[in-house]
This record gives sequence, structure tokens and C-alpha cells, in this order.
Amino acid sequence: MPTYASLALVAVAVSTLAAAPFYLSDYGVGLLIGMSGYVTLATAWALFSGPTRYVSLATVAFFGIGAYTVAVFSETLPYPLVLLLAAAIGGTVAAVVGLSTLRLAGVYFVIFTFGLAELVRQTVTWWEVNITGTLGRYIFLPFEGRHIYWQLLALLTVTMLIGWLIGRSRIGLALKAIGDDEAVAAHAGIDVTRTKLVLFVLSATIITLVGAIQAPRWTYIEPSIVFNPTVSFLTLIMALLGGPMRLWGPMVGAVPLFLLFEWLSANFPNHFSIFLGLLFILIVFVMPNGVLAKLEGIRKGAAQ
Amino acid sequence: MKTKRTAVTRALWRFTSAIGVAAIAAFGVTESHAADDKTSITIGYAVSKSGPNAGGADMTVTPNYELWVNEVNEAGGIKLPDGSQLPIEVVEYDDRSSAEEVVRAVERLATQDEVDFILPPWGTGFNLAVAPLMAKFGYPHLAGAAVTDKAPEFVERWDTSFWFMGGGGDYTSALADILVQARDAGTINNKVAMISVADGFGIDLVNAARPDLEAAGMEIAYDKAFPPQTSDFATILNEAEATGADSFIAFSYPPHTFALTKQAQVANYSPPVFYLGVGAGFPVYSDISSGKMEGVMSLGGIDPNNELNAAYRAKHQEVIGRAPDYWGSVLIYASLQMLQQAIERVGLDRAAVTEELSTGTFETVLGTTKLEDNQLRDIWWTGQWQDGTFVAVAPGDRAGAGSVVLPKPGWQ
Repeated sequence: MPTYASLALVAVAVSTLAAAPFYLSDYGVGLLIGMSGYVTLATAWALFSGPTRYVSLATVAFFGIGAYTVAVFSETLPYPLVLLLAAAIGGTVAAVVGLSTLRLAGVYFVIFTFGLAELVRQTVTWWEVNITGTLGRYIFLPFEGRHIYWQLLALLTVTMLIGWLIGRSRIGLALKAIGDDEAVAAHAGIDVTRTKLVLFVLSATIITLVGAIQAPRWTYIEPSIVFNPTVSFLTLIMALLGGPMRLWGPMVGAVPLFLLFEWLSANFPNHFSIFLGLLFILIVFVMPNGVLAKLEGIRKGAAQ
Repeated sequence: MKTKRTAVTRALWRFTSAIGVAAIAAFGVTESHAADDKTSITIGYAVSKSGPNAGGADMTVTPNYELWVNEVNEAGGIKLPDGSQLPIEVVEYDDRSSAEEVVRAVERLATQDEVDFILPPWGTGFNLAVAPLMAKFGYPHLAGAAVTDKAPEFVERWDTSFWFMGGGGDYTSALADILVQARDAGTINNKVAMISVADGFGIDLVNAARPDLEAAGMEIAYDKAFPPQTSDFATILNEAEATGADSFIAFSYPPHTFALTKQAQVANYSPPVFYLGVGAGFPVYSDISSGKMEGVMSLGGIDPNNELNAAYRAKHQEVIGRAPDYWGSVLIYASLQMLQQAIERVGLDRAAVTEELSTGTFETVLGTTKLEDNQLRDIWWTGQWQDGTFVAVAPGDRAGAGSVVLPKPGWQ
């Protein structure tokens, strides 16, 4: 079985990454935080959106919920409990939202999820303005960059493991069938809505945790900071670039894009938006199925 | 199964090489050390050049950084205590209006670029996001564009931080004083209509204003928060007018400030006190109000007879191509002058510069400037448009203060 070799390779990769903060500067760790954050977001996003082809722009809604939960409870509850609570809130919101919307298809779902991010943001804002009377919240947790990075790395490993397991399970097969043709899948006896709901909740919970883990890095939280729609768009574009149908796809998309954005913001601080727009167009027109699929296509083409 | 195996292996290879690239990027950059014999002073900053914060940063922060660097380098650089004179070299990043980006950019400036000094980003939230890092790396943090009532607390928490724009309560208590005087003089009635944007600035200010107005014995007849996306204020202004309040207060952001002005002109609503939020002190406000801004009040203001300030405004116009706003710009420029003078006195040792900023006295565009508990307190809290200039009217006992002219004349 080749699995042992792959497993060993993964173990080496994870432990190398876990040891990295001991050799890197704070900025190096910062890079790793950003990278592992986006890889986790893109992988979690692709867990649901890849096989079902339901393009979700709600990423930042859950990301923000996670961050806000930490901001609200970090002073009163022990930290592990705060994370659990964040996951529970994110999962619950996803379940409620999923139950009511996963029957929507195509562009209606995209629009709804985009609206959801705004809805959550406005609800939080309304609550803070009218009920608590504050808006900004402070997070004073004694975390350094590397602590946040280790948590993200652990979450990423778990996420990849979940993705790998799903690919080998009945539910993974059911998802592929739904992605190919929902009507046929339903006729074949698959409980379409339940399957979609399970994946949506799982994906949203992981995204919520990313927000919760990253939040202590910013000290100060307000809705415009944590519900920044750019997070949704970047996650989407990273997953699409690598290819959301494959387990490693989002990672292959997220790492180079993250480094590219970093390079752009350092070397072309005034032109970031232009590059981002061009990149969107390029990906959609040239590689609609992602880099991995494109490479595969090229290989097959050369072989023929 | 064969194809599956190769696909996995291939993906793993790609994954490992991606990590390799990342490692090289991260390691490679740490090697770039500054040479011992310095040829320049490196100043780094990350500001929002794209995203929702770009507008504010481009009005108040970035132009002043550029102006200051331009001024210093035109003069040949900063003179160090050892007699040498070094020009400024700038390292700038775009934080893309993201808190995570601004944090990483500061880490990058401190540990990779190893710049001599770091200038702060725009906005209260982002200044707080970078404050722990600035303190950790020992960089003086001249928080310019950040309004917060908690500055005294922050100074204790991060001892290298300096706060230049005061807190919400400073602005609202100054406003309450003005209203009380006008009421006691019989110019206005006791009622206030107050609206606020449901976002950081609006909430901060309105929360500070409520107790101040109540303590002043004013009746808040109308108190409404509106979402940041609001663009039509017809109903709100109608309701505010219907309360019969003589004072209208809006803690608004520029788009609302502009829309409120236009709507008030259309509806011919011109209460004796017309106080707006951010944007009323922008030079462009005179165009927005079709030149009828006489009597409108807002935060900030300048002393029109202050020659230093006039020279600064002229220079800003000349170098940047547009005039600075009447509130934060001059404070930020003054903070840069303080940094420059502190470096000239004690050199590039950051701890010494921080100490000097904290205890020294400086000559800036604000006049003779000295910080109190790491905070600038000589700030104009309230201004009013008078004869085409946004004149500072509070604190009224400070030298150079104009006097409030109420009631505000009509729009025509």
C-alpha cells in the first residue's frame, strides 16, 4: 500500500511545519499564519462547495462569528471553552441557515450567501449599538504569533484529514452524485438536503474556528474589521485556482496566491486591486477547473 | 487505483515544493541586514491603499507622510547628534484594509526590513492592532488617526505608544459646553436632535455625548442610529425638524455628512446649531455645500491667524496638490515633526527617542508642543465654518480660539 509512504510524508511535512517557528523570524511566522489561515479557509470552503458546486460567499460571516465570539467571551471563559463555544455557535448558525437555504440552487445560493455575510454583520452591529452600547471590543490574550500558528496548523491537519475521510466515505460519493446531477442523485435514493446540510455545517464550523483562532492577533475587533468581504473573495479565488474538487487543490491555490499577494502588497502597494481583478478574470477564463485539472489536461494532451 | 496514487503523490510533491518556496521566502528575507555604515534612515509604514479604509488614509495619513519625507529629504535629511545628516528611505506596504495584513506588515517592517522607525496605520482599530507589536519590538508608536477615550489605559499597557487625537468624550463635552452657553444666552432652546452612524466613530461619539448632554441639562428629543449604507436622509431630517430642536447633531462619516448637507439644503432645514461629523472639515466641503457652509460646525478646526499652520497648509497644497483636512492632518504632521526632532536630539536609539518624545518639548506646526502622559492634549475639539475657513472655537480659553457664531445663518 502506498498509503504508508504518503502518511510518512504527511507526518514529516506537519512536523517540519510545526518546528518552523523556532527557525523563523516573527515575520516568517506571520507569513505562515496568513498562509495556514487561508489554506484552512480554502480547504474548508472546498469541503462543501467543491463537490456540490454550490459557490458560497458566506465565508466571512462564519469567520467573523468566530472572531466575535472570542472577543465577547475571552475575558470570562477559559480559552479552550471559548473555542468550543465559537464552533458551536458557527455550527448552529450554519445549520439554521442551511436548513432554510440549501434548497436554493445556482446563482440564488451565491447571492444569498453574500447577503448572509452582510446580515450577520448588521445583526452584530445592531446588537452592539442597541443592546450593549459598544462597538469595538478588545481581546487581550497572551498569545504570540507562534501559538496562533500552531493552533491553525492543527486545525488545518484535522481539516485535511476530514476531507480525506469524506473522499473515501459514502457521504463523499453521495456528494459527487449531487454535484453531477442533483435530480438523479435524489432519485438514486440520496437524501440530498441532509447530505448538503452536514457538509455545510462542517465546513462552516471549521471556518468559524479559523476566525476564532486568528482574532487574538488583532487586539481590537469591530464588525468592519472581522466581516471584511475580501476574506470571502480571496478564499473563493484560492480554492478555484487550485481546484475545489480535489483534496489538495485549495492548498495548491492558496499558497502561491498568498505569496503573490504578499509580494504585490510590498512591491506594488498602489496597484493591488487591479491585479486582483485581473487574476479573477484569468482564473475564470483560463483555468475554470483549477491548476491541478489544467496540468492534468496538459499531460493527457501531451500523452495523446 | 494507479492514477489515483500518482495524483496523490503528485499533489504531495506540489505541496512540499510550495512549502519550500515559502521557507525560502521567509528565510531569504531575514538575511537582508542593514549595513553598519548607514547611508539613510529607513522609515516604514503600512497604510490602507485599497479597501474600505483607503479613503480615510488617503485624506489624513498618507499625504502627510509623503509631505514630511519630501520636506526632510529636500533639506538634505535628518541631522543626527554626531553631526552626520542622513536622508529618509521609505518602505511602504498596502494593508488592504485588513487587520491581519497590517499586523503582518508591521512584523515584516520590524523583523525583516529592520527599519529604524515605523509610522502607524490609519484608524483606531488598526492602531490598536499594531500597538502590542510596536511595544514588543520597542518602536515608538505615534498613533495619529485614532480617537479613543482609553488612551491613558493604553499608555500604561504599551509604554511606547503616543496618542494624538484625543477621545470621543473630549469632543462631545466641548460641544455640550457650547450648547449650554448658547442656551443660557437664549440663542437656542433646550432640545437636541442627534443622529449617529452605527459604526465605530458614531457609536463612540454618541455614547460619550448622551451623558454629557444630560449632565448639561439638555433634552435629547431625537436620538437615532442609522446604518453606514444610508444615503437618503429625508425622513431622518424631517423627524429631527419635527421635534422642534434648535440643535442638530450628526456623528457621521463623510458620505453621510455630504448627503445630510445636501438634503438639509433641499429641505431648507437650517437649525441654529448644525453640527456634522467627519467630512465637514474636508476642504471639499465648501464645494459640497455650494459655498453655503457658513456656520456649520464639526470636530477639529484651525486658528486662522496661526502662521505656522497657514504655512503648513500652503506647503501641503503645493507638494500634494490638494489642501489637508481641518482636523487630523495637522496633528499627524506635528507628530512626524516631533519624531524628527527627537531623532535629531538623541539619535536612532529607539528607546531614547521614545523617552524624548515622552518628556521633551518640541516646536511643531501646532506651536510649542509637549505631550502629557504620552498624549497630545492641545487639540481643537470643535470648529465652525466662518468666512470660508473652518475656525477652531473650542476650547474657548485656548489662545487663538475663535468665538462661536450662533445661530447659524440660513442656507441661502
